[in-house]
Formats: sequence, structure tokens, C-alpha cells
Amino acid sequence: MRRRLGLIVNPVAGLGGRVGLKGSDGPEVQKRALELGAVPQAVDRAARAVERLRSVPDLEILTYPHEMGADAVRQIGLEPVVIGAVVPGHTTAADTRRAAQEMRDREVELLLFAGGDGTARDIYEAIGLDLPVLGIPAGVKIHSAVFATNPRNAGDLAALYLQGQVEGLREAEVMDIDEEAVRQGIVSARLAGYLKIPYRTNWVQSAKVAQSSEEASLASLAYDVVEKMKAGWFYILGPGTTVRAIADELGISKTLIGVDVVRIVDDPEATNGEGRRAEVVIADASEAQLLSLLQQVGTRQVQIVVTLIGGQGCLFGRGNQPISPRVLEQVGKENIIVVSTPEKLYSLGNQPLWVDTGDPTVDQMLCGYIQVVTGYHERAVRKVVC
Amino acid sequence: MSEDILRHRYTDGRPNLRRFHQARWDEPIIFELSREGQRGILVPEVEPGIRERVGDVLGVLPEKMRRKKPPALPELAQPQVLRHYVRLSQENLGTDLNIDVGQGTCTMKYSPKINDQLARSPKVTELHPLQPEETVQGILEVMYRFEQILKEISGMDRFSLQPGAGSAAIYTNASIIRAYHRMRGEQDQRDEIITTIFSHPSNAACARTAGFKIITLYPDEDGYPDLEALKAVVSERTAGLMITNPEDTGIYNPRIAEFVRVVHDAGGLCAYDQANANGILGITRARDAGFDLCHFNLHKTFSTPHGCGGPGAGVVGATEELVRFLPVPLVEFDGQRYYLDYDRPDSIGKIRPFYGNVSVILKAYAWVMSLGAEGLRQVAEIAVLNNNYLLHKMLEIPGVSAPYARGKHRIEQVRYSWQGLTEETGVHSEQIGLRAADFGVHYWTSHHPWIVPEPCTLEPTESYTKDELDEYVAILAHVAEEARTDPEKVRTAPHNSTIHTIDHAPLDDPSRWAMTWRAYRRKVEGKGEA
Repeated sequence: MRRRLGLIVNPVAGLGGRVGLKGSDGPEVQKRALELGAVPQAVDRAARAVERLRSVPDLEILTYPHEMGADAVRQIGLEPVVIGAVVPGHTTAADTRRAAQEMRDREVELLLFAGGDGTARDIYEAIGLDLPVLGIPAGVKIHSAVFATNPRNAGDLAALYLQGQVEGLREAEVMDIDEEAVRQGIVSARLAGYLKIPYRTNWVQSAKVAQSSEEASLASLAYDVVEKMKAGWFYILGPGTTVRAIADELGISKTLIGVDVVRIVDDPEATNGEGRRAEVVIADASEAQLLSLLQQVGTRQVQIVVTLIGGQGCLFGRGNQPISPRVLEQVGKENIIVVSTPEKLYSLGNQPLWVDTGDPTVDQMLCGYIQVVTGYHERAVRKVVC
Repeated sequence: MSEDILRHRYTDGRPNLRRFHQARWDEPIIFELSREGQRGILVPEVEPGIRERVGDVLGVLPEKMRRKKPPALPELAQPQVLRHYVRLSQENLGTDLNIDVGQGTCTMKYSPKINDQLARSPKVTELHPLQPEETVQGILEVMYRFEQILKEISGMDRFSLQPGAGSAAIYTNASIIRAYHRMRGEQDQRDEIITTIFSHPSNAACARTAGFKIITLYPDEDGYPDLEALKAVVSERTAGLMITNPEDTGIYNPRIAEFVRVVHDAGGLCAYDQANANGILGITRARDAGFDLCHFNLHKTFSTPHGCGGPGAGVVGATEELVRFLPVPLVEFDGQRYYLDYDRPDSIGKIRPFYGNVSVILKAYAWVMSLGAEGLRQVAEIAVLNNNYLLHKMLEIPGVSAPYARGKHRIEQVRYSWQGLTEETGVHSEQIGLRAADFGVHYWTSHHPWIVPEPCTLEPTESYTKDELDEYVAILAHVAEEARTDPEKVRTAPHNSTIHTIDHAPLDDPSRWAMTWRAYRRKVEGKGEA
């Protein structure tokens, strides 16, 4: 059976890193990076990943011309199927988006891309969750959870996926950090969206199982949170797939990358939730809307439900900015419910969780130990630092 | 004959790596070997005199208890059965065959064969649990005496020998904690059990099964169980602390007495999972650290042995205050005779039928009696010495680390990480284990999901010589070197073992797993009855 892989290389990814530019977004920065002596690395890194795919029988690699993919494949002596057209030396984000869409339309099974957070964001904007993708880390900013730990692992995981030997797919965060702000010394991350990536819990396990342990954990922790929700209370639901599992359990739809507010109401007719149901009060709320809600309803019956963002253990300050220091201050630490699958916590080892809300007093309030709901009647205790 | 085969295993007095090749029989399942009409034993016809006295034996059985058709047992003659099982045994890497230090947390020590002979004696195998007490005084005496030994080893006041496994013992501990709070009228309020992430996962699982909510502590920055985290979560909801020490990483919690005090101050009980007590026998005691409950796995620490799914025994010890809750019956001695005491109204009841796995208890008793108190302490000392020697040698292999509590000694085992090697070569821990099988040794990673990345857990116990430990490390060092020079060889291992790799996925999938031949026929072959 012929297997079809798509490959997109963002040739300028990573240019700004070694010359201290904190990123490579935009032609001006790229030009400046080259002037400072930056050497493009993305093509080499992509080639290292593709090298690992040699063992996949009957593989067809679909890619864009020149440095956007074809060079990397030919560098290791393979011959790709080249589609599209670009101006060598002047590729842009628009080329990346167009390439992703064309590869989706040509039904590649997996799209491998080399780049950084900016590239991941471009791919997300182009194809969303239409197609499984996997990032080869080649950029300066790698905050998104869609990248393998190194090019070789990206190639190995892609090879396993193409041969039907991973457990399934998961939705992973695409983070977007404002480079200009970082150059000014401010880290401001936003959750740009989600991409679907292959998932494995361990190397030699293979084929798809009925339900992965992480899916089971999600359902179990959602049940725990929903069981404790009280009628008349408002719940501020942070972004992410873990919190979305709670929305699913509540039977409402949730803004995946935004903050929503729901209210639990008594409803004898409700078929699930023991005479209660949830209604969405604000979808994709801004900080101002949250503050206005708190002003109207007071803070006594409001709780915040959040999960860790970005795979690095951040609780507040990255990706969930509408839940601002002022919102946190009013709701209070005792009304924050943190949820995470055990798998996500394991990946942190004994590294503490952290907060960086921008307000030292609020950060201080959040420090100490916090209980994380990891399953039905199961919690983990994690240290929070700021 | 190839030069490789002729090469001697020692060069200038130093060992070379073993040129091992495992038997590979491609042996069918015994049901597939069955041929109609083959048989192992011809049972003689019942003699006429007996038939006249007894009548139709089947007629004695109630109609509804009789099978409608004979069981679908395989039909084979004795030599075919013997060859079948000998072949299967040759496809194993059992503890009598390999340097079995790679099965960390399992305490794969030498189990003296003479103890097995004792347990196989008709004096034991012909006993029936429903025999009158006066006819089983011998085995009751063994059980009673063994309990006195366990009391001395742990400092506890009484033991139940009934639970048949480590998890059964942990479930017993959780049930006793629940019974204690119920007696005090606090069972609704005290519904939280605290454990640590590197305690044996049965502590969380069994306490959940017993109805508790679970709070799991993670290690602090130094890699030790986090005392401040414990202080942050104890409350009037705390039912108890259920932990392993040393943890599965081999790290001993130096603040264990403080942990116990904090939980006691909050009104909770403390249960010590001593399933694996191999590094602390005769050195520390659960009671002295303030614990209210503890348990030992006889099939780990007490050599009865471990493996192949049983039989096992997880004996549970309690302080005086909690003895009333122990499972029934307890073995008592009135100065003249031994008897079983069922008159225990506060008991949590039975964890399994009857009194415990007596053959296992007998083997453990024999093991302890052959060692004596001094010998037991020596077991722990040698196990710890072996482990720290192995730790030192393992850390000399580039790419190996021992995460958490870096630079400190460990007790009886270590959970290592190959993360460094994986990052450098792309070779994973499980692949290293499969390649190690080519040299005739077994290797285990860790429970799933992995907390230590690319883990491997080694526990050398007291049973291996320095030469054997050196051989094991040399094999892993060689495989690590191959991962750098010829990664494909490691990635495609094993080459000299029974089979290459198996598909693990059905093991996690209820719709495909098949524990019996009938389930296999139905789920995998799509045949047979449901």
C-alpha cells in the first residue's frame, strides 16, 4: 500500500535564534538575521528527520520546491513528488499556508513540517484539525506541543504513524508568542489553536486501542469536576482540550482556545447531571466581560477551571490571559480548580508548576501547593512557583 | 565450526560476553496439539463390588450440577504433554536461568529448592482446609510460629496470613483504615488516602477500590517525598497515608517519621507497604517509624518465590489498636493446642477463602528459620551493597542516569533512565531490553505510564555474585555502545531469542485480549461459542 507523506520546510525558521533576535517572524527580521551571519538550518534539520523514513516501504513524499522541502529530500538521495511553485530565496508564510492546503487536498496521510511556533500557527490557520501533522523543531520559539523533541524523533514517530503503529492522535497546543514583545523583554503567549498529532505512550506498543489511557483519564476527571458543580454557580472555563472534556460532560460546546463562562441551573427535565444542566453565559470571554460578570454576581459563587498550558507546567499567564490578575484576585485561590491528565503531569517530572500573571501580588497568592484533579476522586499535589 | 563458537568465554582470565542463543520451538498451543482419542491415562473400570455398593456415581449428583457434555480438554499422551511443556520452559528467561536483576521491584532472589520440596510433600499437599483442627496441628503451629517471627521483624502486634497477594494485602490495609474510622463515626468525613507517585501503584488503586479518594504527592526538588506538600493536604478529611519506603526508585524517605507524625496529628492512620522489604530486614521496623499497619509479600522478600502469577502471600500486620479489624480467622494457641479464632466481631471479614496460601507460608517459614535473625539482616546488607555497587557501575555507562536524589545512595533497587542515550542515538529503553535478551538476560522498564523517562529498574537482591553483576552491566554497556555504532542492530533486536517482538496492543484492548483458549477462538479467530 502506497503511503503518502507531506513535507513543508520553513527555510527561514530558526534564523533569528543564534544571532539573538528572539525569533524570525517577518522579512525585515529575516534580512537582519542574515546580515548578522545567521546560517539557515531548517533544511538540514528536515533532512535529518526524513532520513529516518527510509525504512518505510512504498513511501511517496509530497513536497514544495527548493528550500521548502525538495532540497531536504534530495539531500539524502530520495526523490520527492514536487508540487506548487515558489520564488527561491523569497518564500513567505503565505507559501506555507498554501502548501499545507494543497497537501491536504492531495490527501497526504501525515504532514511533517520543519519550523517553529510561527510555522505551526500558519499550518493551523491553513488546515486546522483536518489532517494529522507533526513538527520537526527548527525554529527559535518552540513553545507549542506539536513538535517532536528533535528531528530524528520526528522522523521515527512519523514512520511509526505511517505504518499504523501509534496508538492514536491527540490535539496539541499551538502557542504563539509575540516576538516584538519578547524583544522588549515581555513574554506574552497566546494559545493560537490546536493541531492533531500522532501519539504514542511507549515505543514498541503498536496499533490502535479502543481507548487510550489518556482519553480514559480525561473522561474520568471531567466526571469528577462536573459531579461537584453546584446549581446557581458560575464556572469560568479556561482554554484547552482537558477543560473541553468537562464542557463535553456538561453537554455544551466550548471555545477551544478561549475562555467561556457557564452557569449551572436546576432543571428537573435534564436527562443527565441529576436535575442540573449547564448554559453558556459568555462564549470566548474577554477580561472586561469576566470582570463585569464578577461585578454583577459577586465572587461567592464563581469558580475557575483551568488546565496546564503548553506542556511546560504553566497555570496562569500563558494562553489564558482573559483570566487576568484582577479576575484571579477576586475569585480567590480556593475557587480555582486545576485539572490535568496524569500523563501530562508525569511529563513534568518533579518540576514545579508556575504562574506569571504579570502581577507579583497575585502570583504570590497562587504560590505554594495546589491540588490538581487527575481523575475521578483522584488528585495530585503539585508545587506552584512564580 | 565458526571461530565465534570456538572462542572461549574467558580471555586472560576475563569474561567475554556470552554467545547465547535461546531455543525457539514455534510450539503450538496445547489445544491445537489435541487429537481425538489420544490419552495420557486409562482409568480402570470400577470394580463390580464397588459399583454395587456405590451405585451410579453420576446419579448422586443433582441433575442441574451435571455438565451437558464433557469439558473440551485437549487429548494428548503423557510424552507429548511433557515435551510440550519442556519446550515452553526453554523459551523462558526464568530466574533459575538468567541473572535476574532486571526485574526491579520484584525481588527476584534465589528460592532454595529444598523449601519447594517441603511444600510439595504430601504432608502439605494432602491437607484439606476443612479438616478438623486437631488433625492439622502441624501446619497451624507453622502458621502461629511464623506470625511470631513477623511480629518481631516488623514490631507489629498481630498478623493476618490470609491475603493471597500484595494488592490483596493493600486492600486489607485500606479496609482496616475504613473500619477504624467507621468505628469512630468518622467514615463519611475521612475519605481521603494520601500516597506518593513512586509508591507502588497498588496503594492508590486498592484504596480507590475500597472507596477512598486518592491524593498523590510528587517528589520535592531534591527527589524525596515532599513533606511540605503533605502538610498542605492533610486535614479532617484524611483517612490515612499508604506509602512504600524505599520507593520504587530505591530512594528511602529520610523524613518518614515526620510523615507519620503529620498524618497522626491530623487523625489519620499510616499503612506501610513493605511488599519489598529486602533492603531493610532487621534494620528498620514499621512499628518503630510509628506505622499502624504494614504488609510483606512473602513471594518477594521471603523467597517463596515470585513469578508466574502465584501463588503469593501478602501478610498484614497491625498494632494492638487495630488487631480487632484483621481478617478472620486468626491462628491462636491456648498453651496446648492451636486453633482458628472466628469470634472476632469487628473483623473486616475475609479477604479470600480459608487461612492463606499455606504452602507459601511454609516456604517463607523455612527460609527464615534457615537464616536466623543474623542471616535476615545480612540479606538486607548484601542486597543494599549489591545495589549500590550496581548503581556505581551503571552510572559509568554514558547515557545512563539515576533521576531524583542524584548522587545519593539507594536502598535495594534503582529506577535508571536511558534518556541521555535515547536523545543521542534514538534507541529506546525497551529496545535495549530486547537486545539484552540476546545475551540471555531479562530486563524490565517500569510500570506504565512512565514517570522516569526511558526507564529501567534493576534490583540485584542478595543472590548474585560480583561476577554476575559485572556480567549484567557489561551486557548493558555493550548494548549502549551498539546503540551508538550500530543502532539498527539494537532497534531490530532480539536476534537470538525466542521471538522478535509481539504486538502489545491487544493487551490493552478488552475487545481483543484473550486470556483463555475459548476467548482466543471467539475474539481472534471468530469461532466457537460466546
